[in-house]
Amino acid sequence: MYTEKVMDHFTNPRNVGEISDADGIGEVGNAKCGDIMRIYLKVSDAGIIEDVKFKTFGCGAAIATSSMVTEMVKGKSLKEALDISNKAVAEALGGLPPAKMHCSNLAADALHEAIKDYIEKHGETK
Amino acid sequence: MKRIYFDHGATTKVDETVAKTVMEAMLNNFGNPSSIHSFGRTARKSVEESREKVAALLNAQPGEIFFTSGGTESDNLAIKGITLANQKKGHHIITSTVEHHAVLHTCEYLEKNGFTVTYLPVDKYGMVNPEDVREALNNKTILVSIMMGNNEVGTLQPIKEIAAITREAGVYFHTDAVQAVGNMPVDVKDLGVDLLSLSGHKFYGPKGIGALYIRKGVKIAPVQHGGGHERKLRAGTENVPGIIGLARACEIAMQDMPEKVARVSALRDKMIRTILQNIDHVQLNGHPEKRLPGNANFSFEFVEGESLLLNLDLKGIAASSGSACTSGSLDPSHVLLSMGLSHEIAHGSLRLTLGAENTEDEVDYFLDVIPEIVTRLRAMSPLYNNNCNLSIRRSEVCEHCHGDS
Repeated sequence: MYTEKVMDHFTNPRNVGEISDADGIGEVGNAKCGDIMRIYLKVSDAGIIEDVKFKTFGCGAAIATSSMVTEMVKGKSLKEALDISNKAVAEALGGLPPAKMHCSNLAADALHEAIKDYIEKHGETK
Repeated sequence: MKRIYFDHGATTKVDETVAKTVMEAMLNNFGNPSSIHSFGRTARKSVEESREKVAALLNAQPGEIFFTSGGTESDNLAIKGITLANQKKGHHIITSTVEHHAVLHTCEYLEKNGFTVTYLPVDKYGMVNPEDVREALNNKTILVSIMMGNNEVGTLQPIKEIAAITREAGVYFHTDAVQAVGNMPVDVKDLGVDLLSLSGHKFYGPKGIGALYIRKGVKIAPVQHGGGHERKLRAGTENVPGIIGLARACEIAMQDMPEKVARVSALRDKMIRTILQNIDHVQLNGHPEKRLPGNANFSFEFVEGESLLLNLDLKGIAASSGSACTSGSLDPSHVLLSMGLSHEIAHGSLRLTLGAENTEDEVDYFLDVIPEIVTRLRAMSPLYNNNCNLSIRRSEVCEHCHGDS
């Protein structure tokens, strides 16, 4: 039911972990729904995402999309990162089963929460 | 990679001699049992001999066995058939919140059509209290339907105690025994039930064949109309190969039943004991002792069921889960929630259902690989070792789940 790329990111997730001195941390979902995604960001003075890590509780799609979004966003500006949509993450994975498109495809939302957290803590982007 | 099958609650591999019997029937016993010529007579003879074998497994009379397409149809026939035939007496049905959807959705359908249904709660082990059945009975009650062994958590219901209560009240009692029949002793006379559903593919028989035991004298109406098959209760040309295969599976089930039950139960107990000993933050779901011989069901905190299943599958192990992702809905298993489990814990459930061909080596292999899978997923989980002092921007309302995104 999952594409090869989804299974690759599920079995070898990129950028798992935490950033202890993160500049922004965002989380979406709740345990009741069965999906929680948390994204940690390290942002340079120039507003570039230098490092990104994730922690996710959820199904295969939740873990794979989390991993994918971290890979997509590293080295990008905050503005570019805000343009990444859940749909784009799913497409980068070669698609997700229809049932997963709504319930587990939240990684970009978590990223956006982390960026908003950064902005709240550090002011507008440069 | 060696493949290990721990999903016998979903279905079983057809026994080789059953498959050969079915093949033989398809090739050489193809007559319609209703035909009067020799082809038909041969098929009829096989069907009636098969009925005797199914009856023998249940300690029933052959005339009390009605062939159906499986568990779902048996449940539908039992519940709709009894309510249709007895609605002059009343419109009240009693069941439980942990039944299979074949029973629950049938009851919900009847509710929409003028019947009243009482859904009895269960305790933390998933067990119905017989006294609750007694209290729920009224003079309009026409049927009680409580499953024998729960398909998810394995809990065995106090069928004999409930049957004594319904018998005394003069109310029909149906049990969905799909998980139990063929896998443990089931004696309809000893249990005292009026109707009992069984399915061939849950005990090494073919899919698409099952039966409903109906005690002699029970008033029931057909729900499927057509020719006069199965003594006018279930129209449709008999699935002769399936019936013959089911009968063969029943014969095999009867051979050394106590030894087989003891062997599978011992493997299950080793699995339960070792998991509870070796892994933290894990709980057994279902009753600690009164459970189906092959059923072990755990909840691993901080991890999600589908991720467990995918990881086990990568190691060659087939299992199942009650998480939302695997239940095909947005909510986790209704059985686990009925038992009082939180959504979080229910999402992390893992069901392993062992069968006759499983070996101790297979169980040991599973016990070997599961801790590292759980550890790996927990290391990834924001719920595990959660640093509550973190300043995090959270969006907890999950409109993706509970709204139209």
